Amino acid sequence: MLQINNLHATINGKEILKGINLTVKDGEVHAIMGLNGAGKSTLSNVIVGHPAYEVTEGEIIFNGKDLLKMSPEERAHEGIFLSFQQPVEIPGVSMVNFMRAALNAKRQYKGEEPLSAGDFLKLMREKRKIVELDSRLTSRSVNEGFSGGEKKRNEIFQMAMLEPTFSILDETDSGLDVDALRIVAEGFNKLRTPQTSALVITHYQRLLDYLKPDIIHVLIGGMIVKTAGPELALEIENRGFDWIKEEVGL
Amino acid sequence: MEEKNVFVREVAEKKYQYGFTTDVQTEVIDKGLSEDVVRLISEKKGEPQWLLEFRLKAFRYWQTLEAPTWGHLKMPEIDYQDISYYANPTAGNSGNSGNSGEIDPELMKTFDKLGIPLEERLALSGTAVDAVMDSVSVKTTFREKLKEKGIIFCSISEAVKEHPELVREYLGSVVPYKDNFFAALNSAVFSDGSFVYIPKGVRCPMELSTYFRINARGTGQFERTLIVCDDDAYVSYLEGCTAPMRDENQLHAAIVEIVVKENAEVKYSTVQNWYPGDAEGKGGVLNLVTKRGHLRGRNSRLSWTQVETGSAITWKYPSCVLSGEGSQAEFYSVAVTNNYQQADTGTKMIHIGKNTKSTIISKGISAGKSQNAYRGLVKVAKTADNARNYSSCDSLLLGSKCGAHTFPYMDVHNNTAVVEHEATTSKISEDQLFYCNQRGINTEEAVSLIVNGYAKEVINKLPMEFAVEAQKLLGVSLEGSVG
Repeated sequence: MLQINNLHATINGKEILKGINLTVKDGEVHAIMGLNGAGKSTLSNVIVGHPAYEVTEGEIIFNGKDLLKMSPEERAHEGIFLSFQQPVEIPGVSMVNFMRAALNAKRQYKGEEPLSAGDFLKLMREKRKIVELDSRLTSRSVNEGFSGGEKKRNEIFQMAMLEPTFSILDETDSGLDVDALRIVAEGFNKLRTPQTSALVITHYQRLLDYLKPDIIHVLIGGMIVKTAGPELALEIENRGFDWIKEEVGL
Repeated sequence: MEEKNVFVREVAEKKYQYGFTTDVQTEVIDKGLSEDVVRLISEKKGEPQWLLEFRLKAFRYWQTLEAPTWGHLKMPEIDYQDISYYANPTAGNSGNSGNSGEIDPELMKTFDKLGIPLEERLALSGTAVDAVMDSVSVKTTFREKLKEKGIIFCSISEAVKEHPELVREYLGSVVPYKDNFFAALNSAVFSDGSFVYIPKGVRCPMELSTYFRINARGTGQFERTLIVCDDDAYVSYLEGCTAPMRDENQLHAAIVEIVVKENAEVKYSTVQNWYPGDAEGKGGVLNLVTKRGHLRGRNSRLSWTQVETGSAITWKYPSCVLSGEGSQAEFYSVAVTNNYQQADTGTKMIHIGKNTKSTIISKGISAGKSQNAYRGLVKVAKTADNARNYSSCDSLLLGSKCGAHTFPYMDVHNNTAVVEHEATTSKISEDQLFYCNQRGINTEEAVSLIVNGYAKEVINKLPMEFAVEAQKLLGVSLEGSVG
């Protein structure tokens, strides 16, 4: 599904990613762990095409296509979704209008007719249930006045609406209480299929207990220094990152 | 570079889709302004002596004035001798003769192209139209139907002939010719515009609208509109405006006067989309307009709603004089400026009667290298016990090269008055745009969504069909403004 080869990226001239190699196959969930400043969010931003980051070397191939040549919206249409660490508020734009614009843009890209208002609202109602999102929230402006937990649930709701094939969860667990974390994680799990993959960025085992990733990567200093099975996350939970640094000689 | 220029031009041209010209036999008088020209206009229109006197007084007064310079605007020098003050595109035939007149098919086609069909069977549901091109009203629809209720809706030129007593009573009674420089100029040379009279107790069953179109080159348009809404009557009126793309500035100096009597209500909406000039700031209409309503009667109501996306320069303050006890006025405005456009617009609320109430909601949107100013006056006279005003002025900035300015003035002479003012400035952030992009919404559509959300409160005040148009217009006006 997604293949990253020797990816280097900078922001404001400062190199953050220093040669990332990563392959995610259909149906797999990978987790990326690492200390603050290791480049985890940079990696997710580069995949979705955030304009502040510059790719200086390397490539990202998504389902056989050169992702780096595409605009952020094309990447979205191709099936890439980012659950933002800090979802922005867009005052004045209702969730309904926002989602409708997003969904119909994707349908247009795929050569499909826009959804009728009736079908669209029905779809909203269905998908809302996945993350137990109140109808009060979907009738408000995008993220405006949402609590931290509601914002994260709203991200997964949007994911449910847009049905991406590759999702990135960027610290979706941060700022969530136990119940909200469960709702978000269970919502995500309901959306998993053998054809969809995900990259989960997190500091904590808690979220991974729910998501059960197939592969864990440790990102330090802009490089993936260790890759292993789910047991690695448990070991990091117990022992931290220092032993990995020693192991790889950093 | 060449390629870039082509692109810039494409964006600018795509943006303004009403920039075509109509090839029609037009009678244009020689450029220049003098007493003779004023007499000539009056003569061409076959006006009575009293109106000629009115024009001449205004002209003589105008000659003593200097053009004002206090606007937050960089005004090009206007050479008043280099403008033609009368252009008649119906010169081939008789002009507006109501429903029976023959209209040049080219003119019909033009208004069709603008989405304003002049055949009644094709009309927008429930809307009667007075179509004005250059100095002349081309056609007024549904006149007969309205007449059954005693409603008069015609061009002001016809009103002068057919209802001289009404025109004479009200013309200049709200905006006297001495009001300001452009009002004096308009009073001297005004050409056409609409006249509306709603008799006592009548609720006008249709939206009335006037569509102003400038076509001829090197001319100015001096529209004059007069609306009188008698006791217990109601009317909703809308004006729309477009002009061809020309390299030179064209002058539009209009006066709109509204008289609202006891328990009467007038809603006046404007969707102004004059040619704004190209992306480099060349050409465009100078929109210098005096609009004022007089709430004369007890419990009368007037609301101005304006969506201003066009013109190189917009300089106007649709205002309300609240004389009638308990009268209520509203001003809802969205002013968009892009590229090199400039706007200095707002309102004046003059409270004179007791228990009068006014609301001002202004939304400025600036993009490109444009300058957008809100200027508003709330005045409460000694007599206006318990007057209330609420003003809210918001500015939205797109990019970092544009400017937004707020100049609120308050002049309160009565201790029982309550005057509130709120102002905010916000910016569409890169983060908001990227969030939309990541969801598959491209930047232009994202801007359109955000801007329409921001302007919703005002757009919702427009009659439905026009609200939809205005929404599209907001998106289109800001195309190419971000990124």
